[in-house]
Amino acid sequence: MNILVCISKAPDTTSKIVFSNGNTTFNEDGVQFIVNPYDEWYALVRALELKESGGGKVTILSVGGADYEPIMRKALAIGADEAIRVDSDTRDSFQIASEIAAVAKSNAYDLILLGKETIDYNGANVGGMIAGLMDYPYVSNASKLEVNSNVGQIEREKQGGTEVLEAKLPCVISCAKGMAEQRIPNMRGIMAARSKPLNVVASCGAGAMTEVVSFTLPDAKGSVKLIDPENAAELINLLHTEAKVI
Amino acid sequence: MNVLVFADSHDGMIAKSAFEAVTYGSKIAKDSGGSAAVLTYGTISSDSLNELASYGITNVLHCSQLTDMDPQQLARLLAAASGDQQSELIVFSHDYTGKSVAPISAARLNAGIVSGAIDYPETSAGFTVKKAVFSGKAFAQVKINSDVKVVSLLPNSVGKTKTEGTANVTEFNPDCGAPSVVVKEQKSKGGEGISLTEADLVVSAGRGLKGPENWGMIEELATELGAATACSRPVADIGWRPHHEHVGQTGIAIRPNLYIAVGISGAIQHLAGVNGSKVIVVVNTDPEAPFFKAADYGIVGDAFVVVPKLIEAVKALKIAQG
Repeated sequence: MNILVCISKAPDTTSKIVFSNGNTTFNEDGVQFIVNPYDEWYALVRALELKESGGGKVTILSVGGADYEPIMRKALAIGADEAIRVDSDTRDSFQIASEIAAVAKSNAYDLILLGKETIDYNGANVGGMIAGLMDYPYVSNASKLEVNSNVGQIEREKQGGTEVLEAKLPCVISCAKGMAEQRIPNMRGIMAARSKPLNVVASCGAGAMTEVVSFTLPDAKGSVKLIDPENAAELINLLHTEAKVI
Repeated sequence: MNVLVFADSHDGMIAKSAFEAVTYGSKIAKDSGGSAAVLTYGTISSDSLNELASYGITNVLHCSQLTDMDPQQLARLLAAASGDQQSELIVFSHDYTGKSVAPISAARLNAGIVSGAIDYPETSAGFTVKKAVFSGKAFAQVKINSDVKVVSLLPNSVGKTKTEGTANVTEFNPDCGAPSVVVKEQKSKGGEGISLTEADLVVSAGRGLKGPENWGMIEELATELGAATACSRPVADIGWRPHHEHVGQTGIAIRPNLYIAVGISGAIQHLAGVNGSKVIVVVNTDPEAPFFKAADYGIVGDAFVVVPKLIEAVKALKIAQG
C-alpha cells in the first residue's frame, strides 16, 4: 500500500505566542517547532503500522520553505520512507490543499492521512479540501483504521458517540486520538533518516482565498476571586448572581 | 448577502448547535439585506423543522433522500442548494459534521473558509471574521477574498435568539452522486445525559480525586447543575474515566458557559481544551496549581469537603428558585 502522510510544522505547545509587524505576523524568534502532534502521533504512526503489517511505502509531504526540513527529518526518523517538500509559502488551507492535491494527482496513493487539525491555526480544513479537489471519500476525526482488500474500515467520532464505516480506497482520512500511540525515534532511525530521500518539488502556483489581517492576544485574565473553603456555598451564589451562568 | 445555513440532524432531530448557526446566518442576511435559507437532511420530525424556523429563517430546504453523514454527498447537496439560492455565504456549525462537510464544500465552490469563527463578520472593509488560533492562546482576524464564502461557527460563540416562525419546508432532493462511505454501525457513548460538546455547564475532575470510586460526588454535582461530566488526560489514560470524557489538547476542546475543574492542576495541554469557557472555577488543594491563573473563581481546599458543600448549595438554590 502506498500511503501519503501530510505533515505540518507547529510551534511547541508551551511556546510563548508573540506577534510582530503590527500584530500581523507570528514571531518565530526562539520558538521551538515540532511536527504537528496529530500528524505525527496519529496519522504517521498509523501509516507505519499499516505498512509494517501489509507492506508498501510511506511518503511524507509538507508544503513550506527549507525551514520545514528539520521536522521532516524527524518524521523520517520515526520511520517514513521518503519525503516530498513542495517549495512554497504557506498562505491558507485552500492553497496548501491545492499544492498537496497537485502532488497526489501525479502519484497513485492508496491512502492520504493527516491529523485532525494543526495546533496553530486549528482549521481542520486541509483534509476535506484535498478530498474535495480529488473527489475522494473523506473521513474526518477517525479514531480507528484498518484496511482489507482495498476497503478502509474506519471508526469516526460523531455527536454523542462513534460510527463504524467503510470507504473504498483511495481515500483521505483525518486522524484523532485512538488511531495510534506516539513513537519516539531511536538512534538507528535518526541515523537512517539522514540518507533517506527528501525531494523538493516546485509549487503548482495555487493561490489563497483568505488572509490573516491581524492577530490579537486575549485580554489579560483578571485575578482569580478566591472563596473560603469553609464558605463554599458562596461560590454557587456568585455563579448565580454575579457570573450569571447558573 | 444571501446566506445558506447548513443544519445537521441526529436521531430525527435538528442538532442543537444548528440553532446558533441559524441565528448567526439570519442576522447576517438581515443586516446586509439578503435572503436566508436553511438546508437540512435526514428523517426529521415536523416539530423539529418548525423549531428550526423559530431562530429567524423560515425558508427550509429539506433533503430526505440522504440519511447517512456522507461528506461528499452532503457537499454535493450543499453545492446544489447554494446554486439554487444564489448563496454568497454558507454557514456551518464547527462540529463533527461541519468539520467534515464544510472544507469539501469550500473546495467544490472555490470558496475561502474560516473555520471555528467566534463572532459576527466585520464588513466595513471586505469580509473579516474572528477565530481563535494557537489552541485558544490568540485570535486572528481572517479576511475572505473569494466571491462565495464559507464560515463555520464555533458552538457557544454568539448564542441563539428565539423568535416566532413557522417553517416553509421545500423538499430538495438533487442528484448527490453515489455514496462515498457506507455507515455500518452507530455506537452511542452510552450513559445518560448531556453531550459534552453541546453542554452549557461542565463539571470536570482529575487525579486529585484519588480514585474512580470517588466520582459519585462529581456526578451528583453535575446532575444537580444539569451539567455534563469531563476529566483530565491522566485520569482517562489510567482508565478511571472513559476516554470520551477527556478534554484537552489531545482529547476534545469545549467552550461551555461554566467549567468547574476539581483536582486538576491545569497543565497547558489541558487548558488548550477549555480556555474558551466563559467562566472557569477551580477547586484544588494546591494554591500554586497553574489552573488558578486561568480561573475566574477558585477555592483552595479539599475536594472531599468542598464538593458536598457545593451540592448542598445548588440544591438550596433550586429550592429558592422554586
